[in-house]
Amino acid sequence: MKINTAIRHASGIALLGGALLAGQVQAAGESECIAPAKPGGGYDLTCRLAANGLLETGLIDEPMMVTYMPGGIGAVAYNHVNGVRTDDPNLIVAASTGAAVNLALGKFGQYDADEVRWLGALGVDYGAIVVNADAPWQSLDELMADLKDNPGEIAFGAGGTVGSQDWMKAALTAKSGDINPRDLRYVAFEGGGEALAALLGDHIQVFTGDLSELKSQLESGKIRVLAALSEERMGGPYADIPTAMEQGYDVEWPIWRGYYMGPEVDDEAYYTWVQRLTELSESEKFAELRQARGLFPMSRFGNEFDSYVKDQVADFKSLAEEVGLK
Amino acid sequence: MFDFLIQGFGVALTPLNLGLAFLGALLGTLFGALPGIGPINGIAILMPLAYTLGLPAESALILLAGIYTGSEYGGRMSSILLNVPGDAGAVMTTLDGHPLAKKGLAGPALGLSAVSSFIGATIAIIGLTLFAPLLAEVAVMFGPAEFFALMVFAFSSMSVMMGKDPVKTAIGAVLGVLLATVGVDSGTGVMRYTFGMPELYDGIDFVVMIIGLFAISEILLMLEHANRKNADDEIPPLGRVFVSLKEVLYCKGAIWRSGVLGFIIGILPGTGASVAGAVSYTTEKRLSDKDGTFGKGDMRGLAAPEAANNASAAGSFVPMLTLGIPGSGTTAVLLGALMLYNITPGPMMFTERPEVAGGLIASLYIGNIVLLALNLPLAGVFARVLTIPRWVLVPAIAILAFVGVYQLHSDLTAIYLMLIIGVFGYLLRKLGFSLAPVILGYVLGGLMEQNLRRALSISGGDIDILWQSGISLGLWIAAAALLVLPWLVPKLLSKKPREEPQQD
Repeated sequence: MKINTAIRHASGIALLGGALLAGQVQAAGESECIAPAKPGGGYDLTCRLAANGLLETGLIDEPMMVTYMPGGIGAVAYNHVNGVRTDDPNLIVAASTGAAVNLALGKFGQYDADEVRWLGALGVDYGAIVVNADAPWQSLDELMADLKDNPGEIAFGAGGTVGSQDWMKAALTAKSGDINPRDLRYVAFEGGGEALAALLGDHIQVFTGDLSELKSQLESGKIRVLAALSEERMGGPYADIPTAMEQGYDVEWPIWRGYYMGPEVDDEAYYTWVQRLTELSESEKFAELRQARGLFPMSRFGNEFDSYVKDQVADFKSLAEEVGLK
Repeated sequence: MFDFLIQGFGVALTPLNLGLAFLGALLGTLFGALPGIGPINGIAILMPLAYTLGLPAESALILLAGIYTGSEYGGRMSSILLNVPGDAGAVMTTLDGHPLAKKGLAGPALGLSAVSSFIGATIAIIGLTLFAPLLAEVAVMFGPAEFFALMVFAFSSMSVMMGKDPVKTAIGAVLGVLLATVGVDSGTGVMRYTFGMPELYDGIDFVVMIIGLFAISEILLMLEHANRKNADDEIPPLGRVFVSLKEVLYCKGAIWRSGVLGFIIGILPGTGASVAGAVSYTTEKRLSDKDGTFGKGDMRGLAAPEAANNASAAGSFVPMLTLGIPGSGTTAVLLGALMLYNITPGPMMFTERPEVAGGLIASLYIGNIVLLALNLPLAGVFARVLTIPRWVLVPAIAILAFVGVYQLHSDLTAIYLMLIIGVFGYLLRKLGFSLAPVILGYVLGGLMEQNLRRALSISGGDIDILWQSGISLGLWIAAAALLVLPWLVPKLLSKKPREEPQQD
């Protein structure tokens, strides 16, 4: 009797574990998206953007599975696709400008940007130069002037390490004002949220974040965005934010959200996916989904996207040398 | 002023939302109880489901918040029963929870932890309702320098855990700090101790760390004892199932102090349930442990971290709801879930979407009551896990450990790392080390280094920044007092020699 109860409980636990595992496998159905990070981050949202969009528009029949593969800021997934699942026709992996930066810095190990088949981007976010609403600077010019006089007095902060795409935003902004990025005080936080908290608490003076994460703070009037690092002004709540370009600083920082496939995926599978994503990006329903995630339109697919990413990585390589990272 | 709350209860008490709060509480308890699957994964698993089902925003949030708070309840189960923390917040729960189970008090221990979880969470939810906007202002006053001082305070409060073997406690903590240094150094972008392995760039994952250190080493210990017949290994008598009111009242001081402390730590962005559990346990040991019974199965040593980790879970909603800044890893995921619904949490949420803000807070009240109602009777059922023979239990824990880590990483390296850490933990235990200082060194040490580096980046290397603000100065003084007073006070009182209670 006692043993019976015991086994029942034990099998209950095992069953539950099994069910969780099976649940993940079963959800696989046809296609899979690897988010090379822990749940909840930008890569998770990138995968879900494709997964929800494709399902809701009927471009795929079975729900797409999202697998998390954190590690090495995307390197683990990159190596996995290049070494293990090289030709899986149903697998796409989320990537972004951050991955291109890491590829340029050689942080993805033995593989470089030419290895995988870059598929396309479904949306883009833009960098932003943010200060506290009480800060003395009303424009990028004023900030840069102060920065030039006293680079040591003004602390920049963002959610990434030195050498990450968050840091690049700060470094490039400094460079555009003829300030040596090495003189910059840069504080690396764990995620944009912590950096934003530090800005609100006046611990750092400038936060180099992304436009989409600033919406609620903009509404509450606690921050001032000095510049958007986009080609042109964005609409909606961002309409009043001038670009860095129009203030005379040559710095742009688009953060695209896209996908790649394994190096040995055949053309048929690759173009099927290119077709799917292109159709998705054109649907109205998807436009709503993209907006809900705070992303702006970007439509580059197939070979056009492939060469876009490779050019970008090459650019970043020379940039990294200029700002003293290599 | 509390219109949003009245409206919130209107939302939360609809049959659908009430059902979802219950479902979330139940699933959360299970996710928390399973080692390796914590609130973050639970939410990540269910988030797409909630969205695909077409639940309205407030309903989805109620379900997900139920999972979050439920898993803080569930995390204690394997801590108490198996000496394996179910999630990050439950590490300190093992220290007194498991000895209680060994004494045959598993049922009362589970019951007591449910009650203290309930009270801790209630304190925090009331605090959240009344003072959220005010507290958010205080939370952002904590910058890197203040966090560093807070970590110094936490480390010095750990000194009470020195116990019988201070050197081993110190070595354990230092080992933990060392493990925390693995990975890319955020201040310079340089790789430390990664041996060129991309899997180590981000450092050793917390879940891999606790599963390896606690679960795998426990399995190895069980295997070692499997063929031996020691009195020690006898399955403890099941004893009473329910906690008595007397026991709860005995712990009331510990519960409310830890509830308040946990809430405050939960509010701070960047510190979560694990820090709350650690600080509250050591504080309580300092205040109440007159007879040296903490660590040997003291009810108060169980109640303190349990009240604190639940309070910190509710506290972490403060910065999320008022500033749009996540107060913990789990609220970061919740924030992502809200974005799916095109809701940006922040100061405007209370006026623009009161049904969401109010519904969430109201559901925290309801979920908390559901969880207590669910967990008290279940204590008796779960206590029976202890009667499971080893040959069933060991493989079951092993399966859970492997499944948990693999589903988190989808990568075999994480499994190997878990096993290596497990063997390391086993060796430490054989050498008489306690594992709690290792894990605390790992958590606190990592935070301490990061914040020190950040503070010094801000000041350009000038260390004065570390004690410039009133908050950090206060924390430094408190830390110094913690270290000096226990040594000084007995000396001052030495004219009146006290009887040292004899404990083995």
